[in-house]
Amino acid sequence: MDRIPILKIGDTLVVTIQTDLQDQIAVSLQEDLSERIVETGARGVLIDITALEIVDTFIGRMLSTIASISRVLDADTVVVGMRPAVAITLVELGLSLKGIRTALDAEKGMALLSRLSTADDDQPDAPPARSAIGE
Amino acid sequence: MSDQDARALVAQLRDRRDQTVAAWAKAVAASLGGRASASELTTEFEPLFDAVLDGADSGRDSSGGDFDQARALLAEMSRSRAREGYSPTETAISIFSLKDAILAEVDTADAGALTSFLALSRVIDALGLFTFETYAEARNRIISEQGVELMELSTPVVKLWNGVVGVPLVGTLDSARTQVVTEKLLQALVDTGSEYAIIDITGVPAVDTQVAQHLLKTIVAARLMGAECIVSGIRPQIAQTIVALGIEFGDIVTKASLADALSLVISRSGGAPASRGVV
Amino acid sequence: MSLTREELTAVEELPIKGDADVVRVRQSMRSAAISAALSLVDQTKAVTAASELARNTLIHGGGGVAQIETVSAQGRRGVRAAFVDQGPGIADIDLALTDGFTTGTGLGLGLSGSRRLVDGFEIESVPGEGTRVVIHKWAR
Repeated sequence: MDRIPILKIGDTLVVTIQTDLQDQIAVSLQEDLSERIVETGARGVLIDITALEIVDTFIGRMLSTIASISRVLDADTVVVGMRPAVAITLVELGLSLKGIRTALDAEKGMALLSRLSTADDDQPDAPPARSAIGE
Repeated sequence: MSDQDARALVAQLRDRRDQTVAAWAKAVAASLGGRASASELTTEFEPLFDAVLDGADSGRDSSGGDFDQARALLAEMSRSRAREGYSPTETAISIFSLKDAILAEVDTADAGALTSFLALSRVIDALGLFTFETYAEARNRIISEQGVELMELSTPVVKLWNGVVGVPLVGTLDSARTQVVTEKLLQALVDTGSEYAIIDITGVPAVDTQVAQHLLKTIVAARLMGAECIVSGIRPQIAQTIVALGIEFGDIVTKASLADALSLVISRSGGAPASRGVV
Repeated sequence: MSLTREELTAVEELPIKGDADVVRVRQSMRSAAISAALSLVDQTKAVTAASELARNTLIHGGGGVAQIETVSAQGRRGVRAAFVDQGPGIADIDLALTDGFTTGTGLGLGLSGSRRLVDGFEIESVPGEGTRVVIHKWAR
């Protein structure tokens, strides 16, 4: 079974989803990520979905679950690179990905994660900790 | 009518090709009121004339393959007529006048020749209808192309500042147009790497539940991609409608003017947006 | 949109027996949508709906088949996909089509959400015999 590689950059775990995701691979990613967060003490998780041509309810739920798990493990999750057509479809589908933070690309996602961790440490009311709130 | 008579007529017309085409072109030129010269028309009609005769030579079924060449030429002609703004009548006359030009060549006392002419005339009628259909098709295509063009023109997405795009909306928003706006706006976010978008609705005469719904969806989609939208230019009447309709704008930031929205975005994105190409 | 005078072209029939088949359904739907000249957004909507329905067939129907084809009607082109299973069926279709209704662990947006993504959505189900969902998406 293929597994999606998880890279560690600083105290952030980076996942780039390259393939057309099979459900089982998505489930293993969820498990792998929780283990790696604990193992590495990472403070942030960045999931790059630039290559994903669709996000359906299953993948959407996986992203939400990953965000919830990392929150419990004291890490922030940012999903980056969602394509316009995917975003429009998700809204129509009724999926709002509550609790997931998003950024346009990996660079902005990393910047957001570092802002978030500084905010956690110093000032509780620091800049845009945006979450995609729908409906 | 015998095939022999038909072939005789075709042969006769071939002999008199130049005169017949000239008479045809002259009649059409007169009907077009000088927008095309007889010599231009002659150049256009010569291959068409040959194609019609070729078709008539090999068969008389205007719907069969024998007139393919003639139909191709006619299709091209009626499409260009449609683009150049000729009326349907003017376009149809171009082919129907051929009958008069041919009739002038026919010896009306000869029953055989007359029957052949009638057969050929039916073929030309069918070709005329075909011309008209192609013309209408071309017109429809032009109209829909213009519709798309107008939609694109009426929904520009402009870069207002580093990391800020703006969409000034003018005119009535329907669902097709809002879809174009959404797609263009979201693509612009990706292309320019902008984290903020300002949707200015100063020029929108009315906002109903559906339009508001579309705007909300656009804003949620932008958030999913990691960008924030601000709606500006909400006029007093529109604010009243929004409240009266019970439309919930939730946590979406609204500002009275584009300038207010821009200054909010600039202050949010760290005060020095000019130096903020890459965060 | 009326489905009369619809011309069907080559139907591609794909079995849905596992995860990998759901991915294959998505790919086949994508190429059908491209050949029907759907816009990128409409392609994405059609593929997402197909993905939801294929997974429903797999999980709730215990597997089945997807039939995907390009169609044209009244001068418009589009894609049509049918998802057929011989599973337990759906007792109350209206309830199943309600946002948030779920029998499993999902979000309950699979059926209702995919209906919003397409132009035509028909569902037939006989409890104990199976379910058949047919979707259409037309080029604009």
